[in-house]
Amino acid sequence: MSSIAMPTTKTWISARDHSDSLRPLALAAPLLLLLLFSFGAPIVALLSRAVYEPTIANALPLTIAALRQDSGAGVPDEAVFRAFAIDLKDGQAAGTVYEFAKNLNTRLPGARSQVLRVARLAAQDQAITKEAMIKAAPLLGEEKSWSAIRVGTNRFTSFFLLSAFDLRWTGQWTIGAVPADQAVFLRVFGRTFLIATLVTLATLALAFPLAYLMTNLRPAMAAIVLVLVLLPFWTSILVRTAAWTVILQKYGILNDLMLWLGVTSDRIELMYSRTGLIIAMTHIQLPFTLLPIYSVMRSVQPSQLRAAQSLGGRPFTVFRRIYLPQVMPGVLAGCLLTFILCLGYYITPVLIGGASDQLISNFIANYVNAELNWEMAAALSFVLLASTLGLYITMTRYLGLDLFKMG
Amino acid sequence: MLLSPYPTNAERIRVAALWFWCVLVLIFLVVPIFVPVPLSFNSGSFFTFPLAGVSTRWYEVVLGTPRWRAAIGNSLLIGFGTTILATVLGTLTAIGLSDPKFPGRRFVVPLLISPLIVPVVVTAVGTYLFYARIGLANTYGGIILAHTVLASPFVVVTVSASLAGFDRNLMRATSILGAKPLTGFLRVMLPLILPGVLSGAAFAFVTSFDEVVVVQFLANAQQRTLPLEMFTGLREQLSPAITAAATLMMGLSILLLIVANLLARRSRKNAGAASE
Repeated sequence: MSSIAMPTTKTWISARDHSDSLRPLALAAPLLLLLLFSFGAPIVALLSRAVYEPTIANALPLTIAALRQDSGAGVPDEAVFRAFAIDLKDGQAAGTVYEFAKNLNTRLPGARSQVLRVARLAAQDQAITKEAMIKAAPLLGEEKSWSAIRVGTNRFTSFFLLSAFDLRWTGQWTIGAVPADQAVFLRVFGRTFLIATLVTLATLALAFPLAYLMTNLRPAMAAIVLVLVLLPFWTSILVRTAAWTVILQKYGILNDLMLWLGVTSDRIELMYSRTGLIIAMTHIQLPFTLLPIYSVMRSVQPSQLRAAQSLGGRPFTVFRRIYLPQVMPGVLAGCLLTFILCLGYYITPVLIGGASDQLISNFIANYVNAELNWEMAAALSFVLLASTLGLYITMTRYLGLDLFKMG
Repeated sequence: MLLSPYPTNAERIRVAALWFWCVLVLIFLVVPIFVPVPLSFNSGSFFTFPLAGVSTRWYEVVLGTPRWRAAIGNSLLIGFGTTILATVLGTLTAIGLSDPKFPGRRFVVPLLISPLIVPVVVTAVGTYLFYARIGLANTYGGIILAHTVLASPFVVVTVSASLAGFDRNLMRATSILGAKPLTGFLRVMLPLILPGVLSGAAFAFVTSFDEVVVVQFLANAQQRTLPLEMFTGLREQLSPAITAAATLMMGLSILLLIVANLLARRSRKNAGAASE
């Protein structure tokens, strides 16, 4: 009897369990919806600004129609200029001409004031000629201006993403480097990756021996050292950066110390320098590199090392062939975590770095705060986000590092 | 344990060098965060040792002037708002995730953690752009929502950890005994995981209380928080009041996080005892 009843009960339980699988999802739903609303949507909205740019298309409806009639490239004929004048006059009346002029200026340096001048003239004089417009705005007589306007009338643009790599369209199908005096971003990305690499290596050199020592201490001692590692970890980045601005001053304690030790013979400028920035970032990132290494080192069996040694392995050989391969996942995880976080540094470079130590995040913030150039900020965010997430996915997929378990 | 039972001289030297290096690293780790503390009690207005004398004048500036007081008030308001929202949503999510039948865990968990990985400037700029369109920029509610996004991963992690030792049979027992799911949660599950929940709440509060980048983009002049006030102070002119503010912030963070960790430890113990 029971052999017949058993499957029935099982079926009943599994059917019930199946219907229950939506309940855990419902519990997580409020947070997931909030993330969608206040995290996902903002990032999509920002990134879309990098490729969707309707300002010029919206500002020049008649010019676009006229350009379609116009044959060939180069400076168009009188009809297009007439349409352009009417568009500018409408823009002047609606107040949208300023946004258009600013936008064109990012593609065509110097265009802003000239366009606004023509817009004022067009508003006064309905029958303004091509000649008069070129006289007021010499740029309109140049071929490159019209190719910039033609490109801009497309609502979807690759201009900003290409600019983020110091590239531009040089012809219909060809891409080339921007002039050397306008090339900025590859240098900024290079600098960001360089500083992230240096900080990662510095934290590794400091963290690896300390983690090794900690795994070999008595539990009570190890707990004390762990607290010493966690104290700075729990202090906010801003507070630690503030502490470093105090320490790195020309008459600050680091200079005092170096003079006293005789390391330097004169006080050196550490504030607003790359050295100062790297020191502070290394201090902030050290626990992030250390904790994954420490957690992996604790799982290594000391008996294996003793076995290797008793089989005649020299200390260095034992370290290289037995210990290192086992702790490597932790080392890679800690280093990748620090590298990823370094790519996004913002506060510390602003406060401690000099003008030539500003990282990619600082440029993004600056494009939003000072230049109001959302498109460029979006394109740089796109590249930064892609590098960060690419590395993060590598980390979780291939190293099996689970941030979830690091607490 | 570092030395073998019969150490050679080379071994002794290696271990001594390791100790020497590690002590230097520990000094490098710990000393910098305490440097602002004595300077905040300096009676002079410079950042140099030796101190001119001891006084609490910079604390009077931070706790007494309207500008700093308003900033502290804003920080507390936003911090408590974030704590409540992040703790409730994060705890519910952790309970959902602790169910073995949770669908699509492989995608949901990285998604929940991603606010910690995405560069905060990207989050801040995107939120500013999106909130400006829907009228949430320059509102306390908007800042609290944005901070909740940053703080909730910590709550999910800590509550998940305390749920890891929670015996789900206890919930089955409550339902067999006739309790409604909510009663079972309030009377059995919550008391057992409470230390984990409180610890998550402390992490959430500290995350919001320390946050400066999102606030920099979302806050108007009346909504400036303590870290934002410090940040602008550090950019414009260095005043010892900043060392006092830094000391206060550091003290609060460390205090809360020590409490949080003690609670988290107790929660693991609780859950372990309950499952036996």
